[in-house]
Amino acid sequence: MSERREWGGHNRPAGTGFESKAWFFMRLSGVVLLGLAVFHLYWMHFAIGVDNIDFQTVVGRWSNPLWRLYDFALLVFALSHGFNGLRYAIEDYVRRPGRRLVVKSIAYVAGFLLISAGAYIIFTFDVGAA
Amino acid sequence: MSQPTNVGLRSWIGYRGGSGYLLWLLHRATGLGVLMFLALHIVDIFLLGFGEDVFNKLLFLYRAPWARAMEVFLLFGVTFHAMNGLRIIIQDAFPRTWLHQRRLVAVEVVLFLAVFLPVAWIMVADFLGGAG
Repeated sequence: MSERREWGGHNRPAGTGFESKAWFFMRLSGVVLLGLAVFHLYWMHFAIGVDNIDFQTVVGRWSNPLWRLYDFALLVFALSHGFNGLRYAIEDYVRRPGRRLVVKSIAYVAGFLLISAGAYIIFTFDVGAA
Repeated sequence: MSQPTNVGLRSWIGYRGGSGYLLWLLHRATGLGVLMFLALHIVDIFLLGFGEDVFNKLLFLYRAPWARAMEVFLLFGVTFHAMNGLRIIIQDAFPRTWLHQRRLVAVEVVLFLAVFLPVAWIMVADFLGGAG
């Protein structure tokens, strides 16, 4: 991986390969999440509040397809940003190649299951039946 | 300037650098923490599919006092990771800002506290008041 900087972040890896693209994607998805994730957190947890959220709250939101699209975009960007960050952490701490392969495989399977479960419920949830 | 990459879990716990290292460590810790919550959150939203009764019964998990305390950690994690990440993105996009790194960090810390402290205060007051 590229050189870690003392004050956070990495220098961009040389070339145009996967690691260089991943470096750029972390910055791009970071800007997107600054909007999507920060608004979502402050709106749901601060403006509305956890005590005022239940099943019907989600029914109300997902009656509008645009909120489903918003939540799907949040799901995709947050998971890809988060799991790429987890990959960096695994590469830092799990040094032995065999063990690293095992840990990475578990992480990728978990990531695949999470994005599948999230996308499934966002697009199949039936507000009419609720 | 560069840190060794063969850190291992043991030295991860120990403090090995100046204030810059603390920022790096906080960025990683908050990132992984928020990812753990995201995984939990996707699972609970998936449970919507089991119907209103099941979903609403499980919500007690998020309304418990310890869960409300964790919510403040989530607020801390997302707010810090967002602001520190924004600083990193700005420095990468505009290399001239490297000359002002310490000032940028000072601005970041002030902004972070200005947003986090009042919101955390209202959250805590809300759940302490609601529980009483």
